[in-house]
Amino acid sequence: MEEVKLMKGNEAIAEAAIRCGCDGYFGYPITPQSEVLETLMALEPWKKTGMVVLQAESETASINMVYGGAACGKRVMTSSSSPGISLMQEGLSYIAGAELPCVVVNVTRGGPGLGTIQPSQSDYFQTVKGGGHGDYKLITLAPASVQEMSDYLCLAFDLAFKYRNPVMVLSDGLIGQMMEKVQLPDYQLRLTNEQIREKYPWATLGKQGRTKQNIITSLELVSEEMEKVNNRLQQKYREVEANEVRYETFLCDDADYLLVAFGSTARICQKSVELLREEGIKVGLFRPITLYPYPASQILKYAKQVKGMLSVEMNAGQMVEDVRLAVNGLVPVEFYGRYGGMIPTPEEIVKAAKEKLMA
Amino acid sequence: MQIASCLLQNHTIMTLQEIIQPANKVYGKTPLLTDTPMHYCPGCSHGVVHKLIAEVIEEMGIQDITIGIAPVGCAVFAYNYIDIDWQEAAHGRAPALATAVNRLLPDSCVFTYQGDGDLAAIGTAETIHACNRGENIAIFFINNGIYGMTGGQMAPTTIEGMVTSTSPEGRDVMLEGYPLKISNLLTILDGTCYVTRQAVHTPATVIRAKKAIRKAFENTLAKKGTSVVEFVSTCNSGWKMTPHQANQWMAEHMFKAYPLGDLKDQ
Repeated sequence: MEEVKLMKGNEAIAEAAIRCGCDGYFGYPITPQSEVLETLMALEPWKKTGMVVLQAESETASINMVYGGAACGKRVMTSSSSPGISLMQEGLSYIAGAELPCVVVNVTRGGPGLGTIQPSQSDYFQTVKGGGHGDYKLITLAPASVQEMSDYLCLAFDLAFKYRNPVMVLSDGLIGQMMEKVQLPDYQLRLTNEQIREKYPWATLGKQGRTKQNIITSLELVSEEMEKVNNRLQQKYREVEANEVRYETFLCDDADYLLVAFGSTARICQKSVELLREEGIKVGLFRPITLYPYPASQILKYAKQVKGMLSVEMNAGQMVEDVRLAVNGLVPVEFYGRYGGMIPTPEEIVKAAKEKLMA
Repeated sequence: MQIASCLLQNHTIMTLQEIIQPANKVYGKTPLLTDTPMHYCPGCSHGVVHKLIAEVIEEMGIQDITIGIAPVGCAVFAYNYIDIDWQEAAHGRAPALATAVNRLLPDSCVFTYQGDGDLAAIGTAETIHACNRGENIAIFFINNGIYGMTGGQMAPTTIEGMVTSTSPEGRDVMLEGYPLKISNLLTILDGTCYVTRQAVHTPATVIRAKKAIRKAFENTLAKKGTSVVEFVSTCNSGWKMTPHQANQWMAEHMFKAYPLGDLKDQ
């Protein structure tokens, strides 16, 4: 049954979580994403689907509750905003190391430090280049609408379990707070413990019927063995890179110039492309949806066709490094950004594109 | 003893097969303790506490529903020694993992096993809040007043004047603060139902400690709230003593700061 509602991005996360069979949410309030926990508490999913919702004492505790729940083979998640996500980096490294599935939503705000509660995309590096310690990767999905907050949350759970890896939904305060129409997903049944035992034989649900104990750990003191663990992780990441790249293009086929942008900035850039096209300038928009794995080869393909690219971001220039790596010097890659909670207008992006690419 | 008296009375030599009859068995290793050789130093309390936990799990018949959360510290490999499902937590975070397991698997029996650095320093917040929520979990807390795994540094529970590698002149409370009596602190939280302080250095204390472990598991199954069993323990390597000296030193000095007995039982 099609069910369309008007809601905030944060509310869509909460609704989608319940509907896609989430077993547990553990979180701590922080602006601009507190509506996720508030909505869940108001919806009382424990009465309907049995989903557990718990307000933890900190983001550190939240991510470690997620670790414990994920180790039981449960569909568990948390959400936070930049400073809180910083506190979760230790836990994310452990979860990646222990190869557990979970979903983390970052409704990014401006930093560094306490920064601002206004939107920003300045957690790109933290998300796709590590953040925590060790060689690990977070599969990262960047929604650009409230609808995608809902869609990508469900996709994030599927990818997390497919690869036994944490998945980050990297949005920002703009998408978290704005209201749009959303078509919510149908209700999916939560797995029973028996189904989890069958589907995820590694889950620590108690030994019951198993001769061998299950141990969830990221520890291996023998270097030769730890190298093997890392090899296995790297192999998995190569698989993710081969299979899970997602992106969107807008008027790229005949483009002479390309704007590259993700998330809410991509929405703004779409308008900039239209404005430039009205002036007869053939500009397209390339929007990476997965920030890891990054659509590098797809960007390289366009590098052979266009005269230059402009990476537009709400930060001081982070994703631009990945665009440059992808393009590998074939064409100039310029950067335009606003930060500290400032949101660029379509017009100022048009001006920047002309100055930086066409002057 | 039985075998010895039997040999003396009958003045006959029994064969090995005759000796190892079930009727002659006076003690056996619980099958829940795996055959993996323990990495603990001889004289360390961890081995005894592990054995007691494994025995209680076996005796209560809860092996299939028990999930242990291992700490960071000397007991990080606890999962290699007790044959149940385990999760290995980040330093200090075991109570957060246990919280989730308790909430998501309410019919399971969850316990954490933590040292003094894990529970009373880096994980203080997780400990206090799990106890304050009254999570149905058992917390087994090894307090040996020192960081064993990293080589003998000062712990939050290091007693006044105690020499460690980071308090080489002895802990000066004016500089380094006071030994943290965290179990006492946990008693005032409404979520704890049972807080006790035990030791395992004599047969009598071992028997009492085992009873405390059993009570903690029984409380967990009865969903009475959080149970905390502190074991005042030795770390003879870290303390730079023989096992015997360490036991004596613990009884003389540690028990003054950390007197044994129940602190709360509801």
